[in-house]
Amino acid sequence: MRFRAKIFDVGTIEQFTRVVGTIAKLTQLCVLRITSDRMYFILNDKVSKGHLWCDLQALNLFSEFSMEGIAEDANEIYMEVNPDDLLRALKTAQTAKSVKIKLTKKFSPCLSLDVELPSRTGHSRTITHDIPVIVMPRRQWEEYSEPTLPDFDATICMPPLKVIRTVAERMKNLGSYLELSANQSGEMRLRVESEQVTVSTHFRNLENPDLDNADSQNSQRDPTDLVGARVDIRKFIHFLSGQQLNPAKIICSIVDNRVMHFFLLHEDLSIQYSMPIIFT
Amino acid sequence: MSLSTQQSDEDGQHVLSLRVDNARNVAMVLKAIHFKDRELATFCASENGLKVTVEDAKCVQANAFIQSNIFQEYYMQEDTATFKINLSVLLECLTIFGSNPMGGATPALKMSYGGYGSPLLLMLEESGVVTDCSIKTLEPDEMLDFNFCSANVVNKIIMKSDCLKDAFQELDMTSEVIEILLSPDKPYFRLSTFGHAGSAYSDFPKDSDMVESFQCTQTQSTRYKLCLLKPSIKALMQSSKVSIRTDNRGFLSLQYMIRNEDGQISFVEYYCAPDEEYDEDG
Repeated sequence: MRFRAKIFDVGTIEQFTRVVGTIAKLTQLCVLRITSDRMYFILNDKVSKGHLWCDLQALNLFSEFSMEGIAEDANEIYMEVNPDDLLRALKTAQTAKSVKIKLTKKFSPCLSLDVELPSRTGHSRTITHDIPVIVMPRRQWEEYSEPTLPDFDATICMPPLKVIRTVAERMKNLGSYLELSANQSGEMRLRVESEQVTVSTHFRNLENPDLDNADSQNSQRDPTDLVGARVDIRKFIHFLSGQQLNPAKIICSIVDNRVMHFFLLHEDLSIQYSMPIIFT
Repeated sequence: MSLSTQQSDEDGQHVLSLRVDNARNVAMVLKAIHFKDRELATFCASENGLKVTVEDAKCVQANAFIQSNIFQEYYMQEDTATFKINLSVLLECLTIFGSNPMGGATPALKMSYGGYGSPLLLMLEESGVVTDCSIKTLEPDEMLDFNFCSANVVNKIIMKSDCLKDAFQELDMTSEVIEILLSPDKPYFRLSTFGHAGSAYSDFPKDSDMVESFQCTQTQSTRYKLCLLKPSIKALMQSSKVSIRTDNRGFLSLQYMIRNEDGQISFVEYYCAPDEEYDEDG
């Protein structure tokens, strides 16, 4: 089992830091999966935190990337890591000349980050951060496999994050649950209801990306029918404000009263996040 | 239309219906009478416009007047319509698209009230995004009458708000009371506080450019509970002019002139009863 990766360029270090920062906002513990050309951050907690699947194209991000898996027929590594620890280590590397990431065995398995910092005298200093990890045995891998996507009732591109966030922030002061609905005709609705007030904000002319499963039962649904689900409004804002990467597109997919799934598309990575639903 | 908006074109059925191109013009005036712990406000709509009242501790009353000409459309079916509403909720609704002007977009507002027992309906629109709100209304309460009439006014100053803004922002909030001294002789106009760290006072000359009118006939030094007047600081901050009046019983009237983004003028007024405990000693 072997893993080492290297970044030489400040911009990429920053980018990787933001990825880890986004993950750290959502969870305190996640699984880092490394394959021969990709890195994944995975969280599988359907009950309270939701389901997160972040897919990084490692070969584009890292200048060097090599991995030997747990076995020849299972050429991957899964480890449990605290993204906050990783973030703290990366934050010291914002001016670094290079960052090396290795899987090491010190007292316990560690992800070691060698941060090479420049100095005025020309002698560079190296700081090593050892982040304890738990390497996961093969029998547990299955729990962290890629989520299978259900047949969504509606899939829509969200309006700009800033607008959604302002509206959601106001709604937070009016109630605790947010009902997010959308249809296949470019409309999305945020709604909050309390004893005193009902507020609903309607967005129109949004893009409906093609559903991969368009041939399923959904085609029978009236495209103007709104489908939606309720979520904890604080979690929703937390998710929105945790986004440090400014995604090119956020696609929201809904199964009526069952699944609220966000797909955040970036250049070299994609993040999928299923938010826990509050059943009505 | 698939998105049913609660306000259809049946304006005729509403006791009150109005439209304004910039909802911030309304929100701004209402914020000036928003008490953090007294959320309920009484709306009284008449042909002249809206009067919104908030009271606290039966000692202070804040009124906001929004003239009907501030609105691009203003229809009343009956002579008056009165209802009580949660002002915090209304303000959150009015600022749903954010309270700071961003990128030049202004939220348009349509508001209607169907009469006793029906909710207050709002429709806000900004850059094609529409928000519908329906806020419950409550039974209106009897309003306090401070019996403050101009015939009994003994002291009156009209001044530009700017010179009071600093003084009020830096008031020592550990002080329980604020003492307002008005006098035809020196020091003319003095604000004093008595806090943990000591007493502080600020004097204002009567003949500066800031003072537009100074009509004080008798030396009067009255104390008011600072916590009751604290919400008025918000009104002061937004205003351009303020009129300070006291009557022969020591009751205080503060009137603020507030200019909105489109240059139109609205008024906010605060009435406050003096702090009796101290009056008896003095």
